[in-house]
Amino acid sequence: MRLLPLIASAILTTGLVFTLDTQLKIGNSKAPRLGYFLSPQHGFWKNAEKINTNFDATIIANELKGNVDVYVDDRLVPHIYADHDADAYFVQGYLHAKFRLWQMDFETRVASGRLSEIAGADKLPIDRFFRRLGMVYGAEQTEANINATNPLMKATLDAYTAGVNAYIKQLDPTDLPFEFKLMNYVPEDWTPKKTYLFLMFMSYDLTGRSANADLQLTNTRDFLGYDLFDKLYTNKQDSLDPIIPKGTDFAKPSIIPKKPSNSDSSYLHTTNALAINNVAMPEAPDKNNGSNNWAVSGSKTKSGRPILCSDPHLGLNLPSLWYEIQITTPTHSTYGASFPGSPAVIIGFNDSLAWGVTNAGRDVFDYYEIKFKDSTQNEYWYNGAWKSTTKRKEIIKVKDSTDVIEDIAMTNWGPTMFDAHYQNPQSNGRNLAVQWTAHSTSTGVETFYQLNRAKNYEDYLHAISLWTCPGQNFVLATKTGDIAIKQQGRFVARWERQGDFIMPGEDSSYAWQGIIPNDENPMIKNPARGFVSSANQPATDPTYPYYLGAASAFPLYRGISVNKHLTSMNQITAQDMQALQTDNYNVFAATARPAMMRYLQLDKLSNDAKRMVNEMTNWDLNNSVNSKGITVFKIIWDSVEQAVWGDELAGSTIPLTKPEAFVLLDQMNKDSNWVIADDIRTKDKIENFKDQVTLGVENATKKLSELEKENKLEWSLFKATRILHLTKMPVLSRLNLPIGGGVNIINATTENHGPSWRMIVHLTDEIEAYGLYPGGQSGNPGSPYYDSFVNTWAAGQYYRFLFLGKEKLKQNARTKWHLQFKAA
Amino acid sequence: MKILISIILSALLAYAAGIYGNLPWWSFVITNLIVAMAIPQKAFYSFLSGFVAIGLLWCGLAILLDQGNDHILSMKVATILPLKGSYIALIAVTTFMGALLGGLASLTGSFARATK
Repeated sequence: MRLLPLIASAILTTGLVFTLDTQLKIGNSKAPRLGYFLSPQHGFWKNAEKINTNFDATIIANELKGNVDVYVDDRLVPHIYADHDADAYFVQGYLHAKFRLWQMDFETRVASGRLSEIAGADKLPIDRFFRRLGMVYGAEQTEANINATNPLMKATLDAYTAGVNAYIKQLDPTDLPFEFKLMNYVPEDWTPKKTYLFLMFMSYDLTGRSANADLQLTNTRDFLGYDLFDKLYTNKQDSLDPIIPKGTDFAKPSIIPKKPSNSDSSYLHTTNALAINNVAMPEAPDKNNGSNNWAVSGSKTKSGRPILCSDPHLGLNLPSLWYEIQITTPTHSTYGASFPGSPAVIIGFNDSLAWGVTNAGRDVFDYYEIKFKDSTQNEYWYNGAWKSTTKRKEIIKVKDSTDVIEDIAMTNWGPTMFDAHYQNPQSNGRNLAVQWTAHSTSTGVETFYQLNRAKNYEDYLHAISLWTCPGQNFVLATKTGDIAIKQQGRFVARWERQGDFIMPGEDSSYAWQGIIPNDENPMIKNPARGFVSSANQPATDPTYPYYLGAASAFPLYRGISVNKHLTSMNQITAQDMQALQTDNYNVFAATARPAMMRYLQLDKLSNDAKRMVNEMTNWDLNNSVNSKGITVFKIIWDSVEQAVWGDELAGSTIPLTKPEAFVLLDQMNKDSNWVIADDIRTKDKIENFKDQVTLGVENATKKLSELEKENKLEWSLFKATRILHLTKMPVLSRLNLPIGGGVNIINATTENHGPSWRMIVHLTDEIEAYGLYPGGQSGNPGSPYYDSFVNTWAAGQYYRFLFLGKEKLKQNARTKWHLQFKAA
Repeated sequence: MKILISIILSALLAYAAGIYGNLPWWSFVITNLIVAMAIPQKAFYSFLSGFVAIGLLWCGLAILLDQGNDHILSMKVATILPLKGSYIALIAVTTFMGALLGGLASLTGSFARATK
C-alpha cells in the first residue's frame, strides 16, 4: 500500500513549496519569499552583477524618431548623442530605469502616500501625512496645467515616460531590481504624474519644514509668551552677510503687505491656542537642507574665465538622488546631475554656461485655523458667512488589510491637514488648513529644460522666471564672462512674522496679500567684488521691503565663511575651488570659542574640565577627520546653551523648538548681563554668563569623559557620517565614513546629511569641470558601481568630467561601452 | 546508471524551466516529479536523485554568480537573512533548500508511479 507515503510526501512537498513561497514575518518586517529569493534562476543571485560586466547593447524601440548612440565611460556615466530632443529624453528615461528603477518607484510611492500598499499598515502614518498634506493634489494641479497649456513639456514628459516604460516592458521578471525581490512586489508603469509627484517631494523636502516648524514655533510662543519668545527667537542677526551685499538699494515694492489691525492681540500675543504636535509624522525635512553655490568672475581667476561651484546639501542616501549624465542633441549639449524620475539635467553646464542652485529657505507654507459648522465639515466660517467645502477622497490601499480613506475638506486656503480624524490628544479639536505654494500649478520642469539650452544671461533669466517652488538661489556663470545670482520662486509678500505661527482662518485679514513680482526678487549681476554666492543665509539685509520668514530657517555661518574666502582669493584655479568646497574651517567656533573663554572661570573648574578646555583651546578650528577639539567644542557649546535657556524651556509637556545658536553668541558678544542667562529656577541667586559658561563646561566634561572612554572623541568617530539605503537597512548602507565637516562648515557633512553633489565648472573654451556625488551610477546593491564614488567623495577628491563631442568621446580612453538605440 | 540519468535529466529540465522567468521559481518541483515518474527507482534513490540534481544545480549556479560578483551581494544578503555575512553559509542554505524540495518532489513522483 503506497498511497499513504504518497499522500504524506505530496503534502510535505506542497507544504514546503507553500511555506517557501510565503512572506514570513521576521521581527517588525516581512522576509522575502525565501524560495523565490534564494532561487539562483529567479531570486537575488541574479542581481549579483558580474564585476566586469559588458554593458554593450542594442535596443530597438518603436517610439524613437531616429537612432541614438550612448557611450558609457569607466564610471558608468552615459553620454547620450541623439538627433532629436525627444529621443534624448526617451533614452534618459530608459537609462534611469535601467539603473535606478526601484528608487524611482519607491520615492514616488513615498511622495504619493502609497507605501502601505507594499509594506503594510506600519507605514500608514507616513502615507496619511503625505495624502493630507496635498502631495497628490499638487501633482494633479501641475499635470492638468501642463497638459492644457504646455505642449512642449507634455511631449518631453511623454518621451521620458515612454523610455522608462520601454525598459520596464522588456524587463524579464528574473531581472527585477534587488529591492523588488526583497520586498516582494513588482514595478508598475511610469506616468508623467509620477515625475510631478517626485518634484512635489523635492518641494516638500525644501519648503515643507514649516509643516513641523510652524507648529513648534506656535507651541513655543504659547509656552513662553510672545515677549520672551521674541527675545529668544529673534529675527535680528548681527553677523548676517546676506546673498545680496549689504547696502544694495532695492526698488520700491509694488505690494506693501499690511499687518491686520488685531494682529497683536489675536495673533502674536494669543496664548490660548493649543497647537497640534506629536501627530505621527514622517521625519521632518532636515533643517540643514541647504547648499552652497558661488561663481567668481574672470577678474579673480588665473585663466581670466569664470568658475562656478555648486554643492546641494541634502539627506545622503543610497541609491543617490542624483544620476550623472551627458545629453547632446543638435539643440544643446549639457552635462550634470539629473534626477532619476525627471527628464533633463538639474544642476550642470552646457557649452555656453553653468548653473547651480541652493535652497532659498523662504516661508511659503502656512497653517490657518478653520472653524467648521459641524462634524460633517461641509461648511466653514469665512468672512462672516458659512462657506461650503469640497471633499477630496484619498484612498490608501494597505497590504493584507482594508483600505483607509482620508476624506479631506478643501477650503479656500487649501486642504485641511489636521482635524478631528487626524491629530493628537493635545490638539483639542483644532482644524488646520494648509496653504502652500507647492499646491499651485508649476512648470518647474521647464526651467531645467530651458537652462539645459540656455546660451547667455538673458536665456538664464527667462528660464528661471518660470520657477515657482521650492524657491532657489540660481547661480550663473557664462563663457562670455557674466556671473549672476537670483533668488527665484513664488514668494509671498509677507508682513513681519506673518505665517511664523498658526494664523486665524476665519476671515481674509490674515490671507496672503500677493506674490512678489519676479523682478523684485533679490538678484545681482557682475558685482564689483568679483563674485556671487549663497549658502542659505537670508538673501538680503532688513532693508529689503518684504519679510523673508523666521530666522531659524536661515543658517548664517557658512555664508560668512564662503564670502570671507572668496573675498581674499585671487588667481583662482579649479583646484583652489576643490579645496574651498571641501574646506573644514569652523567660522562659528572662531567667534564662539573666544566668547566662551571670556566668561569662563578657569579657577573654578575640576582638573578633568581644565583638560577638556585645554583640548578646545589648542584646536586649530578645523572640523577635520581626526580632530578632538571640535568634538569638545561642540559638546561644551551645546551644554552652555542648555545652561542658558534650559530653564526657560523646562516643564513643557509638548516639544518646543530650541533657539538658534546665533542668538546666544550675539548676546554673549554684546551684553554680558543678558537677563536670559539667569536660571529662573534659583530664586535666591541671579546667574550670569560667567556662571552658565562655567557650569556648561563642567556638565560637558561628564559627557566628554564618557566619550573619551569609548574612544569616540575623534570627530569622524563621534559624528559617524552614514549614507543610508532608502530602506534604512544598515547592510545596504555605508556607515562610519572618515569625513570631516559639519554644521556651519562649507563641507557641510553631518551625520547623514551633506554635499549630495559637488560640481566645479571652469568656463574655459573647452570646459574644465569636476565633481561627484556620494553614491554610484548603479542602484543595484549587487553592483560594483553601487557606491563606487563614496570613498573618493569622503576623501574630498574629484573626478574630471568627460564633456566631449561624439567623435572625441568615442575615441577617449575612458569610454568603455556603447549602447545603440535603434528606431524600429 | 538509472540514478545518474535521473539526476542529469532532472537538473537539465529544472534549469530549462528556470530560463522562463514567467514560470514560478518552484517549476522544478513539477519537472522532478515527471522525471521520477518516468524513471522508476526505489523511493530512497528517487529522493536522492532529486536531492542531488537540484542541489548541484543551485549550488553550481550560485557559486558561478557569486564568484563573478566577488561576493558583493551575497555578503550583504547573508547579513540580512541573517547568516553573519558568510557567503558560504548562504550558498549552503540555498543549496540545501533547493535540494530538499527537489528530493521531496522526486520522492512524491516515485510514490505516485508505484501507486498507479
